[in-house]
Amino acid sequence: MSELLSATVLAAFLTAIIVQTMPLILAAVGETIGEQSGVLNLGIEGVMLVGAYSGYVTALVTGSPWLGMLGGIAGGVVANLLMLVLNIWLGLNQIVIGLAITLMGEGITAVLYLQNYGKSPQSVPGDAWVIPGLSDLPVVGPSLFRQSGIFWVLLLTLVVVAFLLARTNWGLSIRAAGQKPSSLDAAGGNVVRTRSSAVLLNGAFVGAGGAFLSVLTTGTFTPFMTGGLGFIAIVITMLSRGRVAWIVVTSLLYGIAVAIKNPLQLIGVTVPADVFQMLPFIVVMLTLIIFARSSMVPPALGAPYTRGAR
Amino acid sequence: MIEELPRWRRITDTVVRSVLPVVLALVVAGLIIAAMGSNPLDFFAGVWKYGVTGNNWQDSLRLMAPLMIIALGLIVAFRGQLWNLGYNGTFLLGSVVAAGAGPVLFPILPGWLVTAVIIVGALLIGAIWSIVPAVLKARFGTNEIITSLVMSFIAIGVVNLLIKGPLHDPNPRVTAPQTATIDRADLLPFFGGTRVHVGFLVAIALALVAQFVISRTSFGVRLDVFGASPKAAQHVGISRSWMIVLLFSLSGALIALAGTIDVLGNVTYMRANWNPGYGDAILPFVFLARLSPLGAIPLVAFYSVFANGGINAARSVGLSSDFLLVVVGLILVFMTITEYVGDKRRLGQSYLPAGMKQSVMSLFGPRTTATTRVPSSPEKATTPPEKVSTTKTTATRAPGKVTT
Repeated sequence: MSELLSATVLAAFLTAIIVQTMPLILAAVGETIGEQSGVLNLGIEGVMLVGAYSGYVTALVTGSPWLGMLGGIAGGVVANLLMLVLNIWLGLNQIVIGLAITLMGEGITAVLYLQNYGKSPQSVPGDAWVIPGLSDLPVVGPSLFRQSGIFWVLLLTLVVVAFLLARTNWGLSIRAAGQKPSSLDAAGGNVVRTRSSAVLLNGAFVGAGGAFLSVLTTGTFTPFMTGGLGFIAIVITMLSRGRVAWIVVTSLLYGIAVAIKNPLQLIGVTVPADVFQMLPFIVVMLTLIIFARSSMVPPALGAPYTRGAR
Repeated sequence: MIEELPRWRRITDTVVRSVLPVVLALVVAGLIIAAMGSNPLDFFAGVWKYGVTGNNWQDSLRLMAPLMIIALGLIVAFRGQLWNLGYNGTFLLGSVVAAGAGPVLFPILPGWLVTAVIIVGALLIGAIWSIVPAVLKARFGTNEIITSLVMSFIAIGVVNLLIKGPLHDPNPRVTAPQTATIDRADLLPFFGGTRVHVGFLVAIALALVAQFVISRTSFGVRLDVFGASPKAAQHVGISRSWMIVLLFSLSGALIALAGTIDVLGNVTYMRANWNPGYGDAILPFVFLARLSPLGAIPLVAFYSVFANGGINAARSVGLSSDFLLVVVGLILVFMTITEYVGDKRRLGQSYLPAGMKQSVMSLFGPRTTATTRVPSSPEKATTPPEKVSTTKTTATRAPGKVTT
């Protein structure tokens, strides 16, 4: 028992948690920014895949995971341009466009991957910051303190975003655009501009999440590799109600649930993977049933804003 | 603009609005194929070759049976402005009833009885599963888009667990996670010498019944009043909660039926993680048909041929069959754009039409009535002729407006 739960196993467990959770946190933070501003992007499953694919290709071509992440961010932003133009500027239906983005993202990345890399799958070079001193610690040393530098930069970004959302005028206008767009308009803000920036940031974060998944978590791209992670991010966004700290906590719970499979198997407990995949959804359903309130989402979520319209 | 447009104009407008997005999507798809270094004409020729010629049309019709029934299930919910996005899970629940009960019951009971039991079971499970989001919405106003999606993911997990666990093929030689196979003799009857089963006829019959109910009965009127404005419906004595629960369970039952019929007539067993995603694919065509069951028939038939032929056609030009997803997504995008341009043209310089805004607004939060219109736009202008086969004059809203 004790030798099974050795430092190596624990370190692997911790590493698995980190790499499973990070893409989800990024996607959920992106979705939170969008949802708080009143844009429910049902397309983030597709945006994630686009980010994952563009990040993978960039990292392969340049040989740098850092540029790969930037490629993923760019891919996510480009994918969300569709939402920006069709929904925010023209006021077309978010649900339909979101589903379209998901379908097209899934389809085009699978087609491109199979055509370009299907015959000879390649892996992205790894990247690790070995932090002197700390990396020699047991358990956390080989897992946490040998992560890629990208991980630390992203952590910093999350702190910044949490601060911006909660403490600045920008965050306030984002939330106003989702709560009562007309009041933001009356206060001299610009709803369309606010939502546009939110959607582009949404694309950047979700794309980064996808790129993290392909470049750092797995080191390769496979068609449909997100496997519903985008929808889980939407669900986590709903549960967290706009707070980045909650997103981190709920995503960690998901990451632990996914990563615990291997240690459990080592001690002879096998739980089907499907149970863990269902778990977050069951939690959400129970939460919705127990705390059934419509305030889980901003009131103006899904509604295009038209100045002067009643 | 006060006077009504002539009839021929309305019909051509409707056809243009339904067909144009598909044509544009196919053009862009062709450009993408060309950009990827293949010949788009080969692809479209391949769709015809593998989708229609020889005996291939039979597979297309066989595919059409579940697609058509799912389309009806979606129409029922969407007409009441309820977003039932749980179709994938409900479909699989219906399938697993047939794939699980079929191999066990067929050997011990008369075939017709088993078929009946399975179908009733699937209808019930589909209805019950869909009641959860319905009750949450009716009671607490919880957004049904999220709840139905979440329920769908739970259903997918449950189905996979069932297939890997209790419903796993008892034959010890079968190690792959899958159910036992239903005997060919126990499947739904096939039309003489073809691979088309009676489910196709059921689907068409259901479409006709749905069209009749929607256009000729009081329930159809109540449904449209409710879809236009739950508040107004409440005033004329239609219970909002009851309608939400009824429409959701009807929708779920139909979609589960589609799964059952697909297993009983086509796939004969289920593998874990099998999810054909029919609902996603058929969604745009439901909107393009302006939520008319009759109008959906040709569009679903088109997609059945396109999907059946497209898989091989995509492979024949060296693309993955996932390319079909791109085409469906493109149709959705062009559908919303066509809708927008069509409304814009009618309304001249005015703001977005009220109906467009209202239909999306009403998805969330308290519903507003359809009467909030931009003052300068006459009533007729905001309700362009939408329906393919129209018999009703009571609808004050255009049912197709959910696509905006």
